[in-house]
Amino acid sequence: MTTTETPVDNGVNVEALLGVREALGDTPEIAQFQWRSTVSWVNGTHSRSDVETFYGFGDEQQHHTTFSYDVDHPLQFAAQDKGVTPVEIVLVALGSCLTAGVAAVAQQRSIQLRSVRATLTAEMDLHGILGADPDIRNGFSGVTVSYQIDADATTEEIKALVAQSQKRSAVYDIITNPTNVTVEVC
Amino acid sequence: MPSTTTVIVGAGHCGLAMSHCLAARSIDHVVLERAEVANSWRTQRWDSLRLLTPNWMTRLPGYGYRGDDPDGYLSAREVTAMLEDYADASAAPVLTGTTVTSVRVAGGGYVVRTDQGTWRAPTVVLASGAATVPAVPTLARLVPAGITAITPAGYRNPGELPPGGVLVVGASASGVQLADELHRSGRPVTLAIGEHVRMPRTYRGRDILWWLDASGVLDQRYDEVDDLVRARNVPSMQLVGSPGRTVDLNALSSAGVRLAGRLAGIQDGDAQFSGSLPNVCALADLKLGRLLNTIDAWAGGAGERFAPTVVRSTPLGLNLRSGEISTIVWATGYRPDLSWLDVPVLDRKGRVVHDGGVTACRGLYLIGMPFLRRRKSSLIDGAACDAAELTTHLAGHLDALAGRRERSAS
Repeated sequence: MTTTETPVDNGVNVEALLGVREALGDTPEIAQFQWRSTVSWVNGTHSRSDVETFYGFGDEQQHHTTFSYDVDHPLQFAAQDKGVTPVEIVLVALGSCLTAGVAAVAQQRSIQLRSVRATLTAEMDLHGILGADPDIRNGFSGVTVSYQIDADATTEEIKALVAQSQKRSAVYDIITNPTNVTVEVC
Repeated sequence: MPSTTTVIVGAGHCGLAMSHCLAARSIDHVVLERAEVANSWRTQRWDSLRLLTPNWMTRLPGYGYRGDDPDGYLSAREVTAMLEDYADASAAPVLTGTTVTSVRVAGGGYVVRTDQGTWRAPTVVLASGAATVPAVPTLARLVPAGITAITPAGYRNPGELPPGGVLVVGASASGVQLADELHRSGRPVTLAIGEHVRMPRTYRGRDILWWLDASGVLDQRYDEVDDLVRARNVPSMQLVGSPGRTVDLNALSSAGVRLAGRLAGIQDGDAQFSGSLPNVCALADLKLGRLLNTIDAWAGGAGERFAPTVVRSTPLGLNLRSGEISTIVWATGYRPDLSWLDVPVLDRKGRVVHDGGVTACRGLYLIGMPFLRRRKSSLIDGAACDAAELTTHLAGHLDALAGRRERSAS
């Protein structure tokens, strides 16, 4: 850990996060969250997803505005390219989750970040989703995240930040571990 | 109803250390033991098991290793004999074959029921151990029929297992040792690995435990660590009690053990492994690096560094119905069995809430848990300090009780 003259500020309120962890000791039930999104088909492979509400801390909660995401497929798939593909949304989710974690862990470890950039790549074999080869899965065969971090810390400390961020990342866990998924028609 | 000043539950190394310290202060007590002294060392250890700590580190209050192999590692049978000798030498008041069935608060003290009668005492020490019952994950019930399932507590030697492949779940001390032994027996072994603690057997020419002991790492106190919950849940070190032999993941994979991620699920007979293996290995490598830096900072100079853990492509799935796997070893840790404790000191997960072994219920103490008061609390060598300090606290509590009686009498 490096001592800086000004207090380390990565814009993360670590005290608030630690306060939540403290509060869980007395009221573990407030940890139960539910995340939500709705999706409407627009046309072709183009759909629009909205995210507005969630449940947590024992109550209904709301984002300050409704966030909308247009998702489509590119022209090369004979689609209209009105938005990124769903699998790219997965990369967006992973990259932003890990990067939020890097900032939070850095704050807690008093490491001042100057810049954090990552490039995410995911390999996929179209034989899977096209049903052309039953031995090939639909999803990614592998994901690579490559970070470039400029911070007030040693290389080892930066590696430890990135490792700890993966250890505490929801999206990393969702991608690396199986999850039960129920899809119903009402 | 017989009464005493302190009832100690469990005659393992912690219960006996506590007994020794109480006796030194002439505090009247009994040690209640469900079976015999060192029961788990007699009944729950595999044949080849040796302590992870070298013999010179086998220290208890009033006892030190006097044999001719200070750098060796005691076998389970030798630990049993050592604890029997210790109990004899201390003249510990052990009541064997006495199973505690309940401990309750009653009139400013405790009533301890056993299958051999009931005791009353103002103080009780829970010393029945952190590793009493194997902790097998709930997904074990999804394992297809026909696969032999065992835990390290029940395992004895490779000869007892059916031929064929083995899936070892868990890569702490037990998991890596059994993976190594079963691989050497000629069985194909897959090792499912979550968070783990990588440790070389020797560093800078000495046993790693020598460095941890001498540099003070093992003496770090529970009220000095940043995150005690995490410190108390750190898995055991990847070590085997064999001179100079390291059983880290690089050693195992070079020998031919197949490495896989944490066992994350079993679906339709397929074991599913987490894709997080590179990160848990990175975490363990970084943590080992920090430990070696700490040792170097204490010792001066710089020692060797170990090659990063090599994680090649690892399986994400394994068909458990194909016949490839005939045995699953659940090396997924242990938990205490305190089902007989009827005192409101448990958290929502059934663990005793304590401050360095002192519970919120006056006169009720706990010993022998990971990082109870120090990093070494989980080692035999940690019992001496913990028992001495808890005895001091317990004696203070007895003095306070006596003072209260005197005041109310006057």
